[in-house]
This record gives sequence, C-alpha cells and structure tokens, in this order.
Amino acid sequence: MENILEKNEIIAAENNALFSKRGIFVLNLLGSPGSGKTSLLERTIEYLKGELCLAVIEGDLFTSKDADRIARQGIPVVQINTSGGCHLDASMVKGAINQLDLTTLDLLIIENVGNLVCPAEFNIGEDAKATVLSITEGEDKPLKYPLIFKQSSIAVLNKIDLLPYTSFDMTAAQGDIVSINPFITLSPISCQTGEGLGVWYGWLKQQVKIKKDMINCLV
Amino acid sequence: MHEMGIAQGILDIAMDYAKEGKIKVISLLIGQMTGVEPESLRFCFSSLSAGTIAEGAELKVKIVPLVGRCRDCQREFGIDEYKFVCSVCGSVAVEIISGRELKVEYLEVE
Repeated sequence: MENILEKNEIIAAENNALFSKRGIFVLNLLGSPGSGKTSLLERTIEYLKGELCLAVIEGDLFTSKDADRIARQGIPVVQINTSGGCHLDASMVKGAINQLDLTTLDLLIIENVGNLVCPAEFNIGEDAKATVLSITEGEDKPLKYPLIFKQSSIAVLNKIDLLPYTSFDMTAAQGDIVSINPFITLSPISCQTGEGLGVWYGWLKQQVKIKKDMINCLV
Repeated sequence: MHEMGIAQGILDIAMDYAKEGKIKVISLLIGQMTGVEPESLRFCFSSLSAGTIAEGAELKVKIVPLVGRCRDCQREFGIDEYKFVCSVCGSVAVEIISGRELKVEYLEVE
C-alpha cells in the first residue's frame, strides 16, 4: 500500500524543517479567486512590516499581478507561476525558497492559487493553513468544500461590510465551519473598512511568537 | 484538476513496482473526504500513461467512507454532513480514522 502523495509529503516535510530550523512561521493562505486573499495580505503587510520581518510567496496561474501588488509594499516577494496548475505543491515552494533570504525572517505567507478544492490536498511545508471565504460567495461553501475548512487553523470571513446588501447567513456559515472543524478560529473581517482585522493580526502574531518560543526552547 | 498530480503519483508508484511487466489493473483507495473525482482521475491517468507499461490499465477505485472516533468515549461512527461531533457524548474531540485515503492498494501485472 503506497500513499499517492508521499513524494509531495516528503518535500513538504523538508521545507517545514528548513523553516523550523530558523523559527519562521509559515502560513498557507487559501481561498477562492476574488475572496480577498491579496487584499488581506496588503493589509497585513502594512500593519505588521514595522514589527515583524516578513516575506511572501505568490502562487498564480500565469500572471505576476498579485506579486506586483505585494512588491509595492516593499517586502521580499517571490512569484511562482503554475502555468495553469490549480495548486502549489511542495517542490514549487522548495524552488521559491532558494530566492528568499531566510536568515532574518519571522513570517512567510504563501498565497496559494485561488481554489477551494485542490490546494487542500497538497501540503507545501506550512505550519498552518488559513482560508479566506468572502460573504459574496454564499454561506453554503463550507459544506460544499469541507476539506479546506477541516485543514485550516483559521477561517477569515471577508467583506462583512457587504452583509447588509446580501442574504448571507453569518450564523449558518460559522456554524457549518465549526461543525467541520471545532478547533478553528473564526475571524470575520472587512479589508475595505478594516473592521475585525485586529483578531486576524492577533492570531498571526501569536503564531509567530509560538514558533519563535519553540525554537528558543530547543536551542 | 489536481487529479493530474494525483494521477502522476499513481503512475510513478505503479511503474516503480511493476518494473517491466504490463500493468493491467491498479486498485486505489480514495477517501470520501478527498477532493478527488474518479472520472477526472481516470481521464488524467489515461493521458499520462499513454506509451508506458501502464497504458490501458484499469483503475479500480474503492471509495472509503468517512469514519471518526471519539477521543472521549472511544466510539466509532460514520460522519454525516461533515459534522465532527460525537453522536453519543457530544464531544468535538473526534479524530478521522478513515476517509482521507489516497492510496494504491495493489497492482495486477502481466
């Protein structure tokens, strides 16, 4: 009996070991196209770049549009084009790591290809997955794509500023996400207005601290 | 279409094991809670395996149901509608014991 994704898992573990050695917290940022992953990244970088050393790996089918947006924030960004591939895999990330200076890094965010299905099956060496679900996608999405929510440590419900204009049922959406993954953190936000972002920043900073503390304990 | 990546994984494993024989059947265990569409997987596999010893091999897919075990009361139960809550004691400490498989179970080689 052989695990079909064994090769990917091995490379993912190698990537993770490389990050862990330096105490870098690595986040795999997931979500549909248009859910607001890049907007969330822009907000996050703006807020955190003064206190943390961070870098971004951008996964995209063909373009460098997202990487260009991130580069404007003045932090290191590496682009991976999957040439139509629907997800990043561990070896693509391994290739991108070589282009980053890991020595001073605290936080690496890897924005995956916009997709709620495929990226859930492929670990890339991350410490945690975060899934962005925007309220315009509808509250039925968690049950339609349960795996990605099961695998995520935090679900970011974006675009809450649009709640008055949609029939999105926030209670139902949150209830479904929690029944799929009782240990998930929920973070309703608006990248437009900034509402709710404090919980997200707090969660990220806590993860970075936990990772750093872990390394300090081992040294 | 991550089935392409999964089909490549299956082909690599099958070729590794079969060496030079002609592969007739590849039996797969696919968990219920995986994002794999068997028809799409067959399509990807048939294009990838063309011209190899696995060309024309039949992919037998066994879907493995999603089953959890409660860490508090130890009960095992089928998970419906992705509700990871123990149906007896209500605990949320439920671990998945099957339903996440992506495995090659066996090969038939001539």
